[in-house]
Formats: sequence, C-alpha cells, structure tokens
Amino acid sequence: MSISGSGQGTTRAGRARRAGAFDIRIVIAALFGIFGLILTGMGLFGTSDADLQKSDGININLWTGIGLLLVAVLFVLWNRLRPIIVDTEAAAGGERD
Amino acid sequence: MTLVAEASLRLDAGFWDYTLIAVYFVFVLGIGLMARYAVSDSLDFFLSGRSLPAWVTGLAFISANLGAIEIVGMSANGAQYGMPTMHYFWIGAVPAMLFLGIVMMPFYYGSKVRSVPEFMLRRFGPTAHLVNAISFALAQVLIAGVNLFLLATLVNALLGWPREVAVIVAAIIVLSYITLGGLSAAIYNEVLQFFVIVAALFPLTVVALDRVGGWEGLTRGVRDATGSTEQLSLWPGNELAGFDSSLLSVIGIVFGLGFVLSFGYWTTNFVEVQRAMASKSMSAARRTPIIGAFPKMFIPFLVVIPGMIAAIIVPELAEFKETQSAETGVDYNDAILLLMRDLLPNGMLGLAIAGLLASFMAGMAANISSFNTVFSYDIWQRYVVKDREDGYYLRVGRIITVVATVAAIGTAFIAAGYSNLMDYLQQLFSFFNAPLFATFILGMFWKRMTAAAGWTGLVAGTLSAVTVFVLSETGVLDLPGQGSAFLAAGVAFVVDIAVSVAVSLRTAPKPAKELVGLVYGLTPKEDLQDPRDRNDAWYQRPGLMAGIALVLIIILNIIFF
Repeated sequence: MSISGSGQGTTRAGRARRAGAFDIRIVIAALFGIFGLILTGMGLFGTSDADLQKSDGININLWTGIGLLLVAVLFVLWNRLRPIIVDTEAAAGGERD
Repeated sequence: MTLVAEASLRLDAGFWDYTLIAVYFVFVLGIGLMARYAVSDSLDFFLSGRSLPAWVTGLAFISANLGAIEIVGMSANGAQYGMPTMHYFWIGAVPAMLFLGIVMMPFYYGSKVRSVPEFMLRRFGPTAHLVNAISFALAQVLIAGVNLFLLATLVNALLGWPREVAVIVAAIIVLSYITLGGLSAAIYNEVLQFFVIVAALFPLTVVALDRVGGWEGLTRGVRDATGSTEQLSLWPGNELAGFDSSLLSVIGIVFGLGFVLSFGYWTTNFVEVQRAMASKSMSAARRTPIIGAFPKMFIPFLVVIPGMIAAIIVPELAEFKETQSAETGVDYNDAILLLMRDLLPNGMLGLAIAGLLASFMAGMAANISSFNTVFSYDIWQRYVVKDREDGYYLRVGRIITVVATVAAIGTAFIAAGYSNLMDYLQQLFSFFNAPLFATFILGMFWKRMTAAAGWTGLVAGTLSAVTVFVLSETGVLDLPGQGSAFLAAGVAFVVDIAVSVAVSLRTAPKPAKELVGLVYGLTPKEDLQDPRDRNDAWYQRPGLMAGIALVLIIILNIIFF
C-alpha cells in the first residue's frame, strides 16, 4: 500500500514504485506514540488536584496516554504481521486489508 | 452556523497543548511531502493512481464528511433534540453508503470514469455534464470557504488568534499538502485525522459520562430538563422533523432524510465518491463506503451523547436550553467546546483542539481536492484545452489548487460578513444532490432515458427545490425544524423523475451499445467483477459486510427505540 501500489497496465511498467516506509500505519503509530508519551508524562508528573477535579477524579491524561501508546503498538504489530507486498507487474494480491 | 466568539469559550491552552498541536501539524505537512515522491502522473495526483486499500479509502470516505458541520453541528443537535439526532447517522447515512457500495459503485468504478460528472458525460452527453460539473465546482469552492471561515472562528474563539491570521495560516497548510501530494495526501491525512478525532472525543465522552452519573444520570438529567422522555428515544422524533403528527414525522425522517437527502448526498457527491474511486480494485471500491459505514454507526456516540450531556452539566448551556435566552452568552453550537473547557485538563485539551482543527481542515481539503479533479478533467481538459500531454494537466491541477484556495479565502472573508448567508448557501447546495440522485438512479436502471432528459430533469429538480426553500423562508410554507429541507429534497426528487420520464418519452434514446458499462441490464455481469478479487476472504465480500452493517443498524434502532 502506502503511497504506491500495483501498477495498472502497461503505462506503468518499469516505473520505480516506493512502498513500505510510507505505510500510513507507521505514520499513525508514530503520531500516537508521541502523543501517548507526552500525555502519559503529564498524567504522571503534571496533574494537579485541580486537574483531577476537573475531569471528575479520572486521571484522563494518564489513561488516554496509555491508550494511545497501546494503539501505536497495535498499528506497528499490524504492519509487521501484514507487511506491504509491492507488486511489480499488475499481479493480484498485494496488500490485503 | 454561528459560534459565540466570546471570552467564555477561551480555552486555557498551555505549553504542552501547543506542543501536541504543533506535532500534529508537522505530521500533516510531512504526509504531503512524502506523498509528493509518489506523484508522477495526473491519475496519481487526482485519483491516487487507483491504488489504495479499502480500509484507507473507507476511513477517508467518512473522514471527508467529518468536518466542522458534522462535529459542531451534530453535537449541537444532540444538545437541542437529544437521541433523535442519531437518525442523521443511522437512517441518514448508513443505508445510503451501503447502497452506494452494493448498487452504484460497480458502474462508477467499472466504467473507469475519473469523476462523477464524467459519468454524466458518458451517460447523458455534454449538456448534463456541463451543468453538473460547473455547479459542483462552484459549490465546492464556496463550501471550502465556509469550512475555512468556521475553522478561523474556532481558532479565534479557542486560542484568541485574529480571524484573518487563522484563515490564511489554515489555507496555506491545506494548500501545501494538497499541491504537493494531491489526493493521496488528502486521503492519508483524512485517515490520520479520523484516528486523532476519535482519540480526542472518546476520552471526552468517558469523562462526560462519568461526570453526569453514567447512562442513568444522563437519562435522569434529560428527563428533568425537558419534562418528558421524548429526547431519549429515536422515534418518532417530532421535534427534529418539525411535524406535530408522529406519522408525518416518521415519513419525513425515513423518506426525506433517509431516502432523498441522504442518498442524494452519499451516492452522487464526488467529494465522497472520489475516495472510493481511488481504491485498488472493484471489490475495494465497493467496500470503501461499506467499511466506512461501521465507524459511521458509532461516531454519534462520541458526538451526539457529549452534546446531550453538555446541555445538562454545563450551567450556561443548561440555562440556554431552558430559557433560549441570548443573555447566557452561549448557544447549542458551543456544546462540545464548553464541554472541553469544563472537563479537560491541559494535555488532553491540546489533543482535543488538534482533533477539532484536523476535522475542520480536512473538510476544506476534501472540497479542494475534488474541485481540482473536476475542474482539470471535466472542465479544462474537456472544453478548454484538449489533447495535451498528461504532465500539462498535472500542472493545471496544481495551479488550480492554488487558485481555488485563494478563492476560498475570499469566500471566507465574505462569509465573515454574512453569517446567515452561509447557512443558506449550505442548504442550497444540499439541494443540488437530491435531483442528481434521481437522475443517476433513473439513468443507471432505465436504458430508455435520453440525453435531453438528463439535463432537463436535473435543472427542473434543482429549481423546484430552490422554490420550496424560498417559499418556506418567506413564510408561505410553515415547517419548523428540518421539515422544509426534507420537503424540498422530496419535491426535487419527484419533479426530477417526472420531467425525466416525460422528456425521455418524447426524445430519441442513445444507442444501446454506447450504454454498456453505464446502464444496468446492458452491462454483462463479468464487467461488474474484477478478476483480482477472486480470492477475497469472507470479510472482503461487499454483500456480506453490507448485510452485517444493516443488521447492526436495525439492532441499534431497536435498542434506542
């Protein structure tokens, strides 16, 4: 998948097609990883009592941060388990979702 | 839609909030840059080379629609009308999305057209094509401007930036990733945006539910505030539809919202259909709206429910709901923002702001990316400068993106002066879709329908919708709530069909061989299938997945009946 894909017909033959590095799943994992780290850090070290009271006693930064980190790991796993197969010729298959 | 841009909405964004927002924008622009390496011809730029997997196009499909109007508007409806707002998702979107995937997509994708107007051209010839292409292009630029204006209003209210600065900064960001990466960049950003919005709204909903005392607390709160349980059940939704009679209300919701308005929007709006056209095979194209239907079912829990809770636990909004007084300084459109202000600490606040900004920008990006396709292929290449090499049209696409963005900035500044005008514009454009759906569905299934019928039906239908709208605005017809929009769409649909049939019977049809691939019954079954899809697993079969989605919708309707 990513920004490339299987060529369609002859006009595309012989063109260098990129794949893999730009997998959107990795992009999502990276963003959620960064968000998760910041929020978890804030939840652990930057949460005042006033903050806690605001969100009704739930340390929402911490929980959201942990949740985001988990989702990031899931996306990386998905990427590892179902990597992108770059089709050179209009071969069937490729990345099945 | 107007937001109350007062200090009451000002959020206390701190260093880490801005950091989260900044990180997000680095990713948005980064996707544009990465997508640029893969763009090498105009099909790449406009349709992502028809290469994307279905889950990506499916999420982009609903994300393109998950803009300002959806999030702010539907949480506002939730605060005002309660549970019946769910109809906009369960009745007003999912069935039409399934219909698009099962019935219409084989013709769109199979005929290899590059845009919805191009389908008009092949089925009905140049007049219908030109009417459709120009009205669509015009509407998109204006709506892009409206989205931009809403975004600026939000940034102004939340962060205190001057509106003009916000308009221009947002326009430059959207412009850079679309001119760089074309539709791929727009689609990848929509997918990213989808997850960011969910990550922002889900914790907000959890905290809000906790604060109000769980589902029990929510139902008690709504009952106490409204004195009845009407806002807690889906049907008959009198308040939402604006009819006193429950029977009329149900008919209005099912036929007006569920059939004409939503089928018109979801099945013929190129902003949506373009996402499916970018997928890599027939089956992936058909699955695009079907995959989108699943998250679409559950988004209202993150939008409508917080809206309902806001009307209970935010004191100003609760007072507004009771008194409708402008003195409270807030209105329903502020529901989600007030909830963010009251419930989220720094950190989550930054994530929530990033999510909202993302959704508003994606709405505009979707308008611009579909506009440049229609302009380049359907107007410029077809009628102005024909037969040039592909690179030329790619350059035209990039240049016109800049022009469209500048035009959208202009529209945004006009809209800033006339906030009511903006509401009218949005409603008017929704009227283009109802007759379009009538023309499409008749044209796809009735081979006798002629070219002349194509454009006369479209024009007559649109004019009749506008007529109903003007009549209700001037008070000749009196329908509060959404009734006038339902009626206008219904009338447009019926008039379009009637005119199309009448004209078809008096004019000569196109020869059958020109309609292969465009009309049901003249298209061999094999043409509607794709050899690449033979080995699909069960969860990749469009029919089965659509069936599951339909059953889920019925279950949801029973649970919240």
